Amino acid sequence: MSQAATTAGAAPAASVATSEQYNYAIIKRFAIAAVLWGVFGMAAGVWIASQLAFPFLNFDIAQITFGRFRPVHTTAVIFGFGGNALFATSYYVVQRTCQTRLWSDSMASFTFYGWNLALVLGVITYMMGITQGREYAEFNWQIDIIILVVWVAYFMIYLMTLLRRNQPHIYVANWFFMAFILATALLHIFNNIQVPVGLFHPHSYSIFSGVQDAMTQWWYGHNAVGFFLTAAFLGMMYYFVPKQAGRPIYSYKLSIIHFWALVFLYMWVGAHHLHWTALPDWVSTLAATFSILLLLPSWGGMINGIMTLSGAWDKLRTDPIMLFLITALAFYGMSTFEGPMMSLKSVNALSHYTDWTVGHVHSGALGWVAMISFGSLYHLIPRLWNVNLYSLKLVYVHFFLATIGIVLYITAMWVAGIGQGLMLRAFDQYGNLAYTFTESVVFLHKPYVVRAIGGGFFLAGMLIMAFNIAMTVRSGIKAEAREAQAASAEARTA
Amino acid sequence: MKHESVETNAGLLIILTLAVISVGGLVEIVPLFYIDDTIEEVDGVRPYTPLEQRGRDIYVREGCYTCHSQMVRPFRDEMLRYGHYSLAAESQYDHPFQWGSKRTGPDLARVGGKYSNEWQVQHLIDPQSLVPESIMPGYPWLATTPLDYSDIDRRMIALKRVGVPYSLTDEEYQANVEKFGEQHARMFDIRDAEENLVAQAQAENFDGNPGTITEMDALVAYLQVLGTMVDFSEYDDGHFAEFR
Repeated sequence: MSQAATTAGAAPAASVATSEQYNYAIIKRFAIAAVLWGVFGMAAGVWIASQLAFPFLNFDIAQITFGRFRPVHTTAVIFGFGGNALFATSYYVVQRTCQTRLWSDSMASFTFYGWNLALVLGVITYMMGITQGREYAEFNWQIDIIILVVWVAYFMIYLMTLLRRNQPHIYVANWFFMAFILATALLHIFNNIQVPVGLFHPHSYSIFSGVQDAMTQWWYGHNAVGFFLTAAFLGMMYYFVPKQAGRPIYSYKLSIIHFWALVFLYMWVGAHHLHWTALPDWVSTLAATFSILLLLPSWGGMINGIMTLSGAWDKLRTDPIMLFLITALAFYGMSTFEGPMMSLKSVNALSHYTDWTVGHVHSGALGWVAMISFGSLYHLIPRLWNVNLYSLKLVYVHFFLATIGIVLYITAMWVAGIGQGLMLRAFDQYGNLAYTFTESVVFLHKPYVVRAIGGGFFLAGMLIMAFNIAMTVRSGIKAEAREAQAASAEARTA
Repeated sequence: MKHESVETNAGLLIILTLAVISVGGLVEIVPLFYIDDTIEEVDGVRPYTPLEQRGRDIYVREGCYTCHSQMVRPFRDEMLRYGHYSLAAESQYDHPFQWGSKRTGPDLARVGGKYSNEWQVQHLIDPQSLVPESIMPGYPWLATTPLDYSDIDRRMIALKRVGVPYSLTDEEYQANVEKFGEQHARMFDIRDAEENLVAQAQAENFDGNPGTITEMDALVAYLQVLGTMVDFSEYDDGHFAEFR
C-alpha cells in the first residue's frame, strides 16, 4: 500500500519538477497553434488550387477570389503553420540544449498572442483587400509594426535564455535559430519601409520603386525561403533528427561549415527571381553564381542529417516519425538541387513565370518544411504532455498520404510548367508564334486538377495528424487530472 | 580564432552572423541606387494621373500580381506576344513595383491600348464571356462600387514623400511643366487632385457609365496606360541593349 502511494506520488512530483525547470506551457500553445494553422492554411491551398482548375469557384465574391485568397494561403502556411512550429520547437530546443528555463514567461506569452494576432489580422485584411502587394510580405504597415515588436521580444527571449545556459557550448541548432531570428528581422525591416497615407489609414506606399523595389523584395522573398523556411527548419533538424535516432549528429565539423556557408551564401541569391528582367545583368549573374555555390552547403546539411542515421537504418522500418524526418531531408536535397538548376539563366528563361516555380516551392515547402515539422511535432507533443502518441499507425497513414500528395503535386507542376514554357516559345514553320496564351491555359487544366488532388491528399494527412494530436493531448490532460486527484487524495489521507 | 570561442559566446555568435548575412544585400542592392545606367534615360515616362493611380491601388488590392506579370523579357516570343521588352525606367514611379512572378494569365506590361475600354470592362466583369477558356475570376463589383477618392490628395502626398514628383507648390508645378509638359503637369498637382480625377473619369468615361465614377473607371484607366508611355519608334533597334 505504501509502495503504491509512493509511486503514485512520485509521478506528479517529477512532472512538477520538469514543468518548473522548463516552460512547457508556451510550447504546448505554439504546437497546437501550428497544427490548427496547418489545417487552415492547407485547406486554403486546396481551395485556391481548385479555383485554378475550376474558376467558377471564385463565385464572383471579392473576398475569396484567387488574388485576395492566395496571400491567405501563403501567410497561413508559412507564418501560421511554419512560424508557430518554429516558435514551439525553438523554445523547446533552446531550453533543452541550454538546460535552463526560458527567459520571462510573460514575454514568451506575449510572442504567442502577438504573433497569432498579427496572422489573424493579416488573413482578415487580405480578404478586405488591404495589402502591400509584396509577395510573402503582404501584411499592411500597421501589422508589420506588431510583427516587429513580437520579433524583438522573440530575439530578447532567445538571447537571454542562451545567456543563462548551464552548458558551456551553444548547441548547433541554436546557431541556426539565432541566424533565422536575426536575418528575418533584417529582411522584415528593410523590405517594409513604407510611407503610410495617414496614421489611421491602412494603406501605404513603399519607399523604393521599380527596379530597386523589385530587388529589395526578392532579396527578402528568397531569404524568407532561405532563413524562415530553411535555416530555422535546419535548426529543427539538428535537434530532432539526432534525438529521434538516438545518435549524435554525423559530423560536427560539417555542421560548422554548413552553417557559415549557408548563412553567407543565401543572402546573395534573391535576384535569381529577376533573371531577364529590367534588373541589371551583373546582379542577376552574381545571384546565379551564388545559387550554384549554395548547392554545396545545402547538400552538406542534407548529408549530415541523413548520415546521422548511419548504423540505425532499421529505424526507418519501425519508426514512422523517423520516416518523416529522413524523407524531409531527401526532399530538401532534391529541391536544393532543383533550385540552383532553375537559377541558371537558360533554364530560368523557360521555367520563370510558369508553374515549375510553384512546383519547386512546394517540393521544398511540403517535402522539406512540412515533413520535418510533422516529424518534430510528433516527437515533441507526447513529451510535452508526458504521454504516448495516440496512434503510431495513423502516423504511417499520414506519412503515405503526404508523400503521395507531394508526388502528385510536383509532377503535375513539372508537366504544367515545362509544358507551358515550351508552348509559349514554340514557333511554326513561318516563324509565327505556334500557340496563343489561351491555348496554354487550356493545356494547364489537367495538371491543375491533378495538383488540386495532390493537395487534397496532403490536407487529408494533415487532418489525420490533427486528430491524432487531439487524442494524444486529450489523454495527456486526463492523465494530469488523474494525477492531481491522486495527489490531493494522498494529501488528505496524510 | 578557434570556432569554440564562437560556440561559447552568444554575443560573438550574433555579431559574426549579422556581419555574414549583411554582405550579400549590401553588395547587390546598394549599388542599384548609385549606378546611373540602372535606370535608362528615356522620354515619355511620367507619374500616374490621380485616376490612374487609384486604378493601380485597385490592381494591388485585388492581387492581380498573383497571376499577371508586368515585365516583358527580351525574348523573341515575348516581343511578338507582348511588344518591346520592359525597361527599368518604365516602372520608376511604381510604388510598389508589380513585376510579378507568375503568369497564370498573360503579361500586362504593355496591355495599354491593346483592347478597347468596352472590352476591358466586359472582360473584367465576366472574363469567360469574351475568352471562354479563361480561368480568370470575374470582378463585377468593380463596375458597381463607386470609387472612393476622398483621400486622393493624401495618397499623392504619401507618394510624393517616396519620390514621385507630384507638385504642392508653384515651383514644383513649373518644374513638372518643363519635365512633362503643361497638360501632364496639371494632372500631377496635388492641389487639384480631386478635380483632375473627376475630370479625367468624366471625359474618358472608361466604364461606359457616365453617371458615377466607379472603381472600374480607375482600373481601366490604369490598364490602358500600361506600357504606352515610351514611344519605341523613336529609338533605334538595340538602343537599349547597352543598359542591360
